[in-house]
Formats: sequence, structure tokens, C-alpha cells
Amino acid sequence: MLRIKDLVKRYGKDEAVLKDLNLEVPGESVVAIIGASGAGKSTLLRCINRLVEPTSGSIDLNGTELTTLSGGDLRLARRRIGMIFQGFNLINRLTVMENVLSGRLGYVPAWRAMTRNFPQSDIDRAFQLMERVGIAHYANKRADELSGGERQRVGVVRALMQEPEILLADEPTASLDPKTSRQIMELLRALASELHLPVLINIHNVTEAKEYTQRIVGMRFGRIIFDSVPTDLTQDAMDEIYAGVPAEERGETGDPESLREVVSQ
Amino acid sequence: MTSSVEKTTGHRTWKKPPFIANPAIRWAIILGVLAYVVWAVTSLPFNWERIQEGIPRAIRIFKGAFPPDMIRGELVLQGFLESIKIAIVATLAGVMLSVPIAFAAASNIAPKWLYNVGRGIIIIARSFHPVIVAILFVKAVGFGPLAGILTLTIYSIGFVAKMLAERIEEIDWGQVEAIRAAGGGTFITMLYAVIPQIMPRQIGLSIYQLDSNLRASAVVGIVGAGGIGSTLMNAFRRYDYDFALAITLCIIGVILISEAISGRIRRNIW
Repeated sequence: MLRIKDLVKRYGKDEAVLKDLNLEVPGESVVAIIGASGAGKSTLLRCINRLVEPTSGSIDLNGTELTTLSGGDLRLARRRIGMIFQGFNLINRLTVMENVLSGRLGYVPAWRAMTRNFPQSDIDRAFQLMERVGIAHYANKRADELSGGERQRVGVVRALMQEPEILLADEPTASLDPKTSRQIMELLRALASELHLPVLINIHNVTEAKEYTQRIVGMRFGRIIFDSVPTDLTQDAMDEIYAGVPAEERGETGDPESLREVVSQ
Repeated sequence: MTSSVEKTTGHRTWKKPPFIANPAIRWAIILGVLAYVVWAVTSLPFNWERIQEGIPRAIRIFKGAFPPDMIRGELVLQGFLESIKIAIVATLAGVMLSVPIAFAAASNIAPKWLYNVGRGIIIIARSFHPVIVAILFVKAVGFGPLAGILTLTIYSIGFVAKMLAERIEEIDWGQVEAIRAAGGGTFITMLYAVIPQIMPRQIGLSIYQLDSNLRASAVVGIVGAGGIGSTLMNAFRRYDYDFALAITLCIIGVILISEAISGRIRRNIW
């Protein structure tokens, strides 16, 4: 259970990016967070694992208050939170296996990490998960030799290696083509139910959000203004969340006429 | 829809904007540079008589140097072996010291105070030419290869640590975030997220520095820091100009070879 209370994030003296935000994610639900660029979706996820320092408020994960942790305690908390990134953020020059095993860096002592001498149980788990997502045969390939979809699978496996209590996915499909993007979303949904994991997904593509998640949270200017099941996301609600954002950017079919006009000038 | 291009009639000219926008500053700089060059050339003390006297002396030296003569070949070999030893030891020591200094001097990784310390070390290491450093070390530890090794170690730090620090500042921060998010500590994050990204540059810099140290070891040898430079200086002192020319040619040959090898290796680093 993730419980966020009165969360505020302010960069310097600018207007707050997150304003008194409250959110509860119980059990094993897959939650999509939608909203225009700059709504604070990414900041919200990064506050949870403290890649970004929250200004005030409270974030509680299964009884641990995350906002006050520091040093070793923070690292112990972070290893319980898996994160998947838009740009994959794999270590490009290392092998797929090393990338996958880097999900264990919060667990193993430094000498094991340095000598790449991970416990047998970690290696077994790595192969098991890589087989589950279909990348086991790439174990010794360099991460940057893989295609986008395969790389994101490595990213997913790396996060799962942490044996996380929650999964944060920051635009996991935004760098992928539509077909691969759907495969990754499907994978996230399946893994969430197999591993009984709550998953928080920032996503631009509203169609995918509706299709693959059970709950949609709409953000605008640092506040949650919509929180319900996908079927409640009506056109009016969409217009409110995305006021001023053209339809094409939401992953809906745009009007080809307007583009033709610009090109023909 | 009518665009603004169609509405406007007549020619519109375009010129590349000048490099310095303000005309007053632009002309002040141009005239200032010209005036300085004229002043500098006219005020330098060229003594034509002395230059005339010197020319026959130069001809005599060159005549004495031809044909080059390898009278004491074993000295040349010894000198080179010593130079290579100096270069290798100094490169190893310099590179090993450079890595932590580079991490300290990278603004995206080091806290402000550590950054200032790291940059300070680099600036000091870079501020003196190796010959000046060599003179200091020859005074401090005496003639011989140890002075050369210490000199070139400092020279290596100045270059390798600076370039490596700049590479660290350019890394993809996403990889650092990923390892942090997995719960990696500071040291582990450096090891997994930073080192792999800077490795090719590190190898390239080390090879370049080895090559560069080999060249510099010939120069610092002239002030007494050992190696082939010392052999060359001794040949000059004994007026063995033919031997000196032979050594010079050997130095050119060795440097060409080392540059070719180092260039090839650096090109092939993936």
C-alpha cells in the first residue's frame, strides 16, 4: 500500500510542481497517471523513490515513511521500489546480464558487485525473469545492441530483480513504436498480476492507459483532478485534464487536413 | 491563408551577421591587434650583426653533424630503454592518480568543496611546463630517471585528469538515476553507472598520454631527468654533433612509430 499525503514539490522559488497531492495505491492495482507535459507526473514518481527530494508532505510505503530517510536507510527503501524509465537508462556498455543483475546492487556487498560475483540465487532469478520476458538468449550481448522493445524488457527485468514492493514506470513506452509499446504495456499488466505488484505508470497514450489499467489518475498543474476507473474518463474529463493540448499528442487520431495545409504553403 | 512572404514585395537582402555585433568593439579589437603587432615587431631587439656572425657557426655545426654516426649505439639503446621505462611508469602512476582526481573535479558528481580541491590540483599540475617541473625535481631528487618519472606523473595528471573530468561531466545521467533507484550506494553507482561510460575515453587518454610521455621524456632528459634526452645532451656537450644528429633521427623514428601505434589503437577502441 502506497499512501501519499499533502505532497508538495517546489524547485527553488518557482511555483510548486506538486501541490498538496494526495494519492493512495492499495494492493496490486495497475494505475495510470495521465496529464499534459509539465503536469508533474514524472516529479511525482521521482519523489516516491527520492530521485527528487519532496519539499513537504508524507509518502508511506507499507509502513515505511520514505520522505525522512537518508543514507543507508534510503538505499534499503529504494531497493524495494522498482523503476522503469522512458529512455530505458540501461548501462549501455555492459552486458544484458550485468544490467539485469544491477537490480541486485541494493542487496549484494560491494566486493560482489565489483567482481561481478553475484550469488547463485540472483543468477537463477535473473535467468528465470529473462526467460519470462523472452530475452534470456541475449544474456551476454551488450545492452546497446538490442532493439528498443528488448531494451525496455531488460529495464523491466532489472526492476523486478529488486523484488520490489511497488513498480514505478515513467513513460515506459514513449520511446517505442506502437506495436512494441502495446507489448510492453501488456507485459507490465501481466507481471503485475503474476507477482501481485502495484504498478504506477506515467503515460501519454490515453488509449493504452484505458486499455491496460484498472484505474486512471489525471493530473493538471501539480494536482490530481481525476481519479476513477477508465470507463469514467469521458470526453469532458479528458478536455479538463488536457486543456490546451491537441488531440494528436494524446495518442488519438489527429486531423490530417491541418498538417497538409502547413506543408502545402 | 495568406502568408507574410507573399505580401512582401521587392528584394530582401541578407548578410551573415558579423562575429562581434557591436561595430565600435569590433573595430577597436581589429585596430588594437594591428597596432600591437606593429609595435611588437618594431621593438624586438634583432641584432643583425650577431645573426650574421652566428650563421657560419651554425653551418659548421651542421657540417660536423653530417653524416650522422652511431658511434656509441649501446648508449642510444640504453637511453631509449630508460625513456620508455620512465614513460610507462609515469603513465601508470599518473593515470591511477588521475581517476580519483577526475571524479573529484567533475561538477555533476563531486560536492562543491571537493570539486574546488580537484580543480585546484589539476590547475597546479597544468600550470608549469614539464621542463620547469623537471628542473625542480632534478634539484630535489638529483639527476636521473626518478626526476623524470615524477615530472611526467604530474604532467599526466594535468592532462588525463582534466580530460577525464570533462568526460564525466558529459555522462548520461539516466544511468546514474537507474542505479540509484535500484538502491546502489555512491561507490557502487560510480562503478556501475559512471565507469562503463567513461572507459573508452579513459583507455584512449592513457594510450595518448603514454605516447606523449615518451616524447616529453626526451625533452625533460635534457635538463637531467634521465632517458634519451640526457644521452643527447651529453653528445652535444662533447661536440659529438654527428652522434647527436643520429640520436635525433632515432628519436624522430621512435616517436613516429609510437604515434602510429597509439593512433591505431585509439581508432580501434569501440
